[in-house]
Amino acid sequence: MLPTPLMDLSYTPEELAFQREVRAWLRRNVPGRQRDERPVEFGDPRRIAAAKAWQRKVHAAGYLALAWPRDWGGQGADIMRQTIVNDEMVRARAPGLIGLLGISMVGPTLIQHGTEEQRRRHLPKILTAEEIWCQGYSEPGAGSDLASLRTRAELRGDEFVVNGQKVWTSNAQYADWMFCLVRTDPDAPRHAGISYILIDMRTPGITVRPLVQMTGDAGFNEVFLEDVRVPRANLVGQLNAGWQVANATLAHERNMLGSTTRTQQTFQKLVRLARTHRRNGGPASEDPVVRQRLADLAIRVETMRLEAYRQLTDALHGRPPGISASINKLVTTELNHDIARAALDVLGSYGPLHKRDPRARDGGVWPSDFMYSLGLIIGGGTSQIQKNIIAERGLGMPREARGIR
Amino acid sequence: MIDFGLTEDQEALQRAAREFLARECPPALVRETAKTPDGVPRALYARMAELGWMGLVVPEKEGGLGLSMLDLALVLEELGRAAAPGPFLPTQLVIHALLRAGAGAERKAWLPRLVAGECFAALAYLEDSDRHDAEGITLPARRTRDGWRLGGTKLFVMGAPGAELLLVAARTGRKDVSLFLVETSAPGVRVRRDETIDLTRRVGEVSLRDVGVERSALVGREGAGWPLLARLLDLGAIGLAADSLGGAARALEMAVEYSKVRQQFGRPIGSFQALKHMAAETVSEVEPARSLVWYAAYAFDHRPREAARAAAIAKARLGEVYSRTVNRSVQMHGGIGFTWEHDLHLWFKRARWNEVAFGDPAYHRERLATMDGY
Repeated sequence: MLPTPLMDLSYTPEELAFQREVRAWLRRNVPGRQRDERPVEFGDPRRIAAAKAWQRKVHAAGYLALAWPRDWGGQGADIMRQTIVNDEMVRARAPGLIGLLGISMVGPTLIQHGTEEQRRRHLPKILTAEEIWCQGYSEPGAGSDLASLRTRAELRGDEFVVNGQKVWTSNAQYADWMFCLVRTDPDAPRHAGISYILIDMRTPGITVRPLVQMTGDAGFNEVFLEDVRVPRANLVGQLNAGWQVANATLAHERNMLGSTTRTQQTFQKLVRLARTHRRNGGPASEDPVVRQRLADLAIRVETMRLEAYRQLTDALHGRPPGISASINKLVTTELNHDIARAALDVLGSYGPLHKRDPRARDGGVWPSDFMYSLGLIIGGGTSQIQKNIIAERGLGMPREARGIR
Repeated sequence: MIDFGLTEDQEALQRAAREFLARECPPALVRETAKTPDGVPRALYARMAELGWMGLVVPEKEGGLGLSMLDLALVLEELGRAAAPGPFLPTQLVIHALLRAGAGAERKAWLPRLVAGECFAALAYLEDSDRHDAEGITLPARRTRDGWRLGGTKLFVMGAPGAELLLVAARTGRKDVSLFLVETSAPGVRVRRDETIDLTRRVGEVSLRDVGVERSALVGREGAGWPLLARLLDLGAIGLAADSLGGAARALEMAVEYSKVRQQFGRPIGSFQALKHMAAETVSEVEPARSLVWYAAYAFDHRPREAARAAAIAKARLGEVYSRTVNRSVQMHGGIGFTWEHDLHLWFKRARWNEVAFGDPAYHRERLATMDGY
């Protein structure tokens, strides 16, 4: 007799019951036409309204802001419940949440560092999608080197006067508020002169100009700030402590499993494509080179699926995540891009056909995925920045001499 | 309840194994062993047997520790980390065959000695076709009045030099594969050592010239050898995947440590992004791959229907990752990493063997493609 297995990749009866409940709710409620939609690309007011309606529905059902404490309208859900809801959302191909930045970044920041007044003012509206938030971090001269940001906020009496420019600002075209890093002390060392403030996007002096991405969509924007007056009460945390405030918001919801589920779905779509798309007189999946490539991708997908369970186990045991977030970001974004690239290669001449072409396969999703996934390798900290973090924080390799400290 | 991790006992086992091998199996011993004819560091193996490692998965009532494949994988990972020489894995394969299908007499005769580390065993299945599937087994075994006669040549037998006992895969019918125990001291058996680049393993050619064995030498039923052999190949694949995981982690550590002390252009070379990124790419491949090894080992015991697939995945991935890791590690060391004097080449060469033995990555990827129905 073998010893009792201690490893387990299954849910408890209670978790299974919860999963069934979530799944049933999603089956009844996911709007067919909005499946897989990414709100970040929206320009159309009707779609924005539909996306807000979806978020309110999720909120009303009790599946929103799972990690927020109950006192602030969240679910106070444990890690397993967060995992189950997020994973089921992906399985059901539920549309993305239009208020995600508010829920995953601003909310937790305000709960941790905000004033009572700020919490009361913003948290309920973040949940109901009455306030959509965008992130004012990157600048033309401050991308990977974010701490070099130069947007200036001068304190004059009870107001900050903000001048500068933000860029790559997703959602800014329809956002109501922006959480923003600004320089409040130009003489202090770089990290010590930054503050975290909340800016109403309707304030005079703000100009939003859409940037068209290589996909042809206009998901992100340039935001120009010219003598924008922001009440001092909109400062989050201490003056000049914005860097710490921004970095403390790492307690976001855990969605590693959901993210690997999404990758699995895309990979399965690639396998279906390879089995149906014909090349050289037969299904592409009969070509030994294609088979090798599919199997290699399958192995990488499986690696991240099991890794999600390992990290989930660590989280359940309260073990610190270490640098796994950086490894996940690096590996998963590259993997998603490689899956899309394999699809384009399988498609040959059909590959570059755009969603508007009648001969495009799978609705032309592959070239768009190919480009979109490249954007995700860059956004949120490029692969190169992740590698620096992994090497320095994970492996303890010496930091490179930097120009300004 | 989701629990994909090690128990405290398993963590303790792995920690103890690591400390033991750091002390008892330093690179100096690996090099010393490489000079011996059979490549078995007997004193080390005696200590390993005392710790119970040889009989780790053998039930307690037969003198073992009664632990699981996952525990064995943890020990194998540490052996890989130390680039430990000798026939540990080959012997485990034969032990597993005896546990699964060994009948009374042979099991009683051999199991205690193998568990005690008094003798070693090897699995002889490959032939000159270098095929890892059932078609590759052509060496004939003919039935005689009191047993069987085997004739032919087996190649690339890991652990054959130094082994007292062989488990030989033979063809006993047009569609039948059977497994036989053959003592290397039996008349007609000749083991010739292959010259390979791997200094830590002994691999050999086994020639059987009309070798007679008794009826009891048949392991399992006649003609039912392939399913058991397939399972042994899965075990070998998982074993080498675990070994590769440990070896890769060690090779990366060596490179990272070196990069912190080696100075060029007035600063540690580890401060250059070219090296940082190589190290980061490596750890991003090695660490998540740990999950593959754990799952394959777990599935081997508890998920029979997923076991072959999980083993193929782990072997394909870890074989490749180990090779890539040692390459980058040599690169990060620069010239010193290319010398005989530096220890890194022990791992570099072991990685090459690990990648091809029990099926190379391309072979396992094709298996996976077939299993998954592409």
